[in-house]
Amino acid sequence: MPRRAMPRRATRSSPSMSEIFLELRSIAKTYPGVIALDGVSLSLARGEVLGLIGENGAGKSTMMKVLGGVIAPTSGSIVIDGVEHARLTVPQATAAGIAFVHQELNLFENLDVAANVFIGREPGFGGLLRLVDEKTMHARVKPLLARLGVDFEPSDMVENLSIAQRQMVEIAKALSLEARVIIMDEPTSSLTLTETDRLLEVIDDLQRNGVATIYISHRLGEVKACCDRVVVLRDGRAVGELAKSELTHAAMARMMIGRDLKSLYIPPKAPPKETGLTITNLVTDAFPDRAVTLSVRFGEILGLAGLVGSGRSTVAQTVFGVQPPLSGSITLDGAPMSVKSPRDAIAQGVYLIPEDRKRTGLVLDMPIVENISLADLKSHSRAMLIVGGAEQKVAEHQRRALKIKANSVEVEAVTLSGGNQQKVVLGKWLSMRPKVIIFDEPTRGIDVGAKAEIYEIMRALADSGVAILMISSDMEEVIGVSDRIAVMHEGRVSGFLEREDFSEHNVLMLAVGQKIYEDAAAHA
Amino acid sequence: MLKKELGLALLILVIGGVSAFINPQFISQVNLLNLSNQIGLFGLFALGEGFVIITGGIDLSIGSMLALLGIIFLDLLVNHGFGWPLALAITVAGGALLGLIHGLLITRLKLQPFVVTLCGLLLYRGIARWYTQDSTQGFGYATDYDRLEWLMSGRTFDIPHTFIFLLIVAAILAVVLHKSMFGRYLFAVGKNEEAARFSGIPTSRVIVAAYVLAGVLTGLSSVFFVFYTQSVAPSAHGNFYELYAIAAAVLGGCSLRGGEGSILGIVLGMVLLQVLQNLVNILGIPSSLNFAVMGAVILLGVIADRELQRRRQNKIALASAEARSLARRPASAPV
Repeated sequence: MPRRAMPRRATRSSPSMSEIFLELRSIAKTYPGVIALDGVSLSLARGEVLGLIGENGAGKSTMMKVLGGVIAPTSGSIVIDGVEHARLTVPQATAAGIAFVHQELNLFENLDVAANVFIGREPGFGGLLRLVDEKTMHARVKPLLARLGVDFEPSDMVENLSIAQRQMVEIAKALSLEARVIIMDEPTSSLTLTETDRLLEVIDDLQRNGVATIYISHRLGEVKACCDRVVVLRDGRAVGELAKSELTHAAMARMMIGRDLKSLYIPPKAPPKETGLTITNLVTDAFPDRAVTLSVRFGEILGLAGLVGSGRSTVAQTVFGVQPPLSGSITLDGAPMSVKSPRDAIAQGVYLIPEDRKRTGLVLDMPIVENISLADLKSHSRAMLIVGGAEQKVAEHQRRALKIKANSVEVEAVTLSGGNQQKVVLGKWLSMRPKVIIFDEPTRGIDVGAKAEIYEIMRALADSGVAILMISSDMEEVIGVSDRIAVMHEGRVSGFLEREDFSEHNVLMLAVGQKIYEDAAAHA
Repeated sequence: MLKKELGLALLILVIGGVSAFINPQFISQVNLLNLSNQIGLFGLFALGEGFVIITGGIDLSIGSMLALLGIIFLDLLVNHGFGWPLALAITVAGGALLGLIHGLLITRLKLQPFVVTLCGLLLYRGIARWYTQDSTQGFGYATDYDRLEWLMSGRTFDIPHTFIFLLIVAAILAVVLHKSMFGRYLFAVGKNEEAARFSGIPTSRVIVAAYVLAGVLTGLSSVFFVFYTQSVAPSAHGNFYELYAIAAAVLGGCSLRGGEGSILGIVLGMVLLQVLQNLVNILGIPSSLNFAVMGAVILLGVIADRELQRRRQNKIALASAEARSLARRPASAPV
C-alpha cells in the first residue's frame, strides 16, 4: 500500500487506551429510494471493544461494509492513522488491519486450517512451479492457534470443525494478517453458552494485546459483558453512545427504539372467528429443545416478530411442509393437518409467500401467466391438457386486481420490479382458494407505494375470512399492520401482544428475551 | 420461441442447398429417403434425451442401453422362442425399468444424473458383452417376425417407417411438452426446482417420469436398430449414440442447465446432424473427418446461440429498468 504510513510499531509502545487509530466521519450511504446510512460517525481506539447495536435494518451491516471496503459511501470519509480516504478498497482495508469474522463463515471446508488461514497468500517455493510450502504454513499457524487456546491442529480439515472452532480459524486468520480491529457480526448466533464464554475470553485477550473488536450483536447480555463502549444505530443514524458504566439492558433497548411510526393500520371489518390455524408444541431441527405454540384465527392478521434467526421462518416452512417437524401438531379449523410436502399444504388451502421470492417464490424465466397458474394448472386443464386461454384469463384478472405493472401477462417475471414480482406470487395464491396465507417478509426490498398496496390486499384477504400469518423484521410493518403480535426469541414464542400493548419497546423487549415488566421496573 | 427453430431450419436449408449445388446427388430421391431413415432412427431416442435435458439432467447411458436391450430382444426372439409382440413389449418395459432406476437414484438418493447414467453406460455395455461372450448376435433361425420387420424397417410409399414413426411420436410428444400439465411442470422443474416444489408440483415424480420416458423411447429405438443393422455386435452397437442425442438436443435449443427446449428443435437438431454426416459422404470429404465436421458445426451453433442469448439478456435488462421506472411512478396514491 503506497500511501499508508506505518506508525504501528510506534503506537504500540504507548500504553494509552484512548488513542484513536480509526475514524469514520459522517458516513452516508443512499440507495435509490432508501437512506441506509445518514451521517454516522464512529471512532475506535487501540484495543477497544466497541459494541454496535440496533434493530434489523438499522444500518450496522452497511456501516461495516463501508469499513471493510466492500461498498463505497455516498459521502463522508474514513480516517486511518490520520490519513483520510473517501472510500476504502478491500485490499486497503486488509492492509490497514481491518478483519472480519463473518456471520456465515467464509471458509473453505475442503481445505485444512492452515490453508484457510493463508488462502490467497500461500508461502511458496520451487521457483516457477510455485509449490505451496505446507511446512512453513503449518509452522506459522501453530503459534496462532496456541495463542487462541484452541484444541485443533493446523492440519485439521475445516469440514470436521464445529462452528465455534471455525470462528477461531477466522480469528487466527485475522491475527495472521496483523489485524488491528476484528469486526464480529453476530458471532455467537450459532454458539453454545460455553463456546460463547470462550469467545468472550478470546476477545478479552485480544484486547490486552492491543487488538480492537467491533462487536455487533442482538444479544444485549453479551454486549454488556464484553464491550467498553456501545454505539446505538437506528434508521441509519447513530442515536446514542453508552459508556461501560451506563450499559444496562433497559438503557440499550430504549435507545434502539423510539421513533414515531406512521399509522398503517386498517382495522378489520369484523372480529375474527374462533378457529383458524393452530400450531401446538411444534419442534423443529433449528431448535430441537424448544417448542412453538401459537394460533392465527380466520379473519385476523397475526404478526410474527423477532430477530433474524429466532426461528420464525422455520415455523412457516414447517407448516407449509418444506421441512418435517420433529414433533408437535398443526390443526386447521379444528381438524388435524398432515403436511409432508408443500403439495399437501396447498391442497388444504395453506399457502406460503416465501422470503426469497426469486429462489422459491417465482420461476423467474417464466411469463407472469405461467407463474400464476403454476400451482393450479389442474383447474385450467382438461384431460391433463392445458386449455388454451383459460390461464390467461385468470392471470389477466389478477394483473388488474393487484395492479401488476406489466404490459401483458406474457412478460417474463424476471423483468418486473420487486413489488410487482411479489404481486405475481400473491396472484398465484389468490387465484385459488386460500384459507391461510403465510407472508414471510412480505415487503422486503419493495418500494413504499407497492408496500401500501400489499397491506391493503392483506387486509382485504383477512376480511374475506383468510387467516394471515405475517413474519416481519420491519418494526413499522409489524406494529402497523398486525391485529395481534406474537414475538419469537431463540426458538420459542416469548410473548403475545394485543393491539393496546403494541409498542416498539414491548416488541423489542420480547424479541431480546426480556420480560416487559422488568423494564418497567427499571424505568421507575 | 420459434425463432431458434426457424434459424435452425434456415441453416439446414442453406447447408442442403450448398451441398446440392456441389453434388446434385444430395437431393436425389434415394439419398433423401436414406437420410430420412437415419433421421427417424436417431431422432426417436434423441427426443427422450431432450425431455431429460429439459429437467436439467442428462442421460449418458442411451448407447449402452441400445446394445443391451437389442441383445435382450434378439435373445427372447431367437433363443427363447418368444413371439415378437411379447419380445417387443419386454424390451420396451426393460427400457422403462432402467429409466425408472435412473430416476429414482437421482431423486431419492440425490445422485447426480451425470454420474448415475455414466455408471449405466458402463454397466449395460459390460453386461451385454458378458452375456453374449462378446459375440455378435443375429436373427439366426428365428421365424414369424416378418410383420414386425415390415413395421420396423419397411417403407410405405417409399417413405421409411422409421421416419413416419418419428413424426408420429414427435407430434404426440410436442403436445405433451408444450400443451400438457406435465410439460409445463417439466419446464418449471428445469428452470427452478425449488420454486416448483413451493408451488406444489411433485418435482421428484416429474423428474422420474422424464427418465422413464427416455427409457421407453430407447427401448423402442433398440428394436428399430436391431432391424436396421440386422445384428448386434455388443461391443460396438450404439457406441456414442447418446452423444448424437445430446448434440441434437443442444443444437435444437435445449439448455444443459435445464428448462429450455422444444420438440421441433430437437427433431431439427437431429436433421442437421444427419445432413452433416450425409454431406461428408456425398461431398467426398474423408469419412475420418466425420466427427470433426460435426464438432465444428455444433461449436459454431452454440457460439451463435450464446451471442443471441446475450443480446436477449441486454433486452431484459433494459425492459426491467423500464419496468422499475414504471413502478416508481405513483400510479395509485399510497395509503
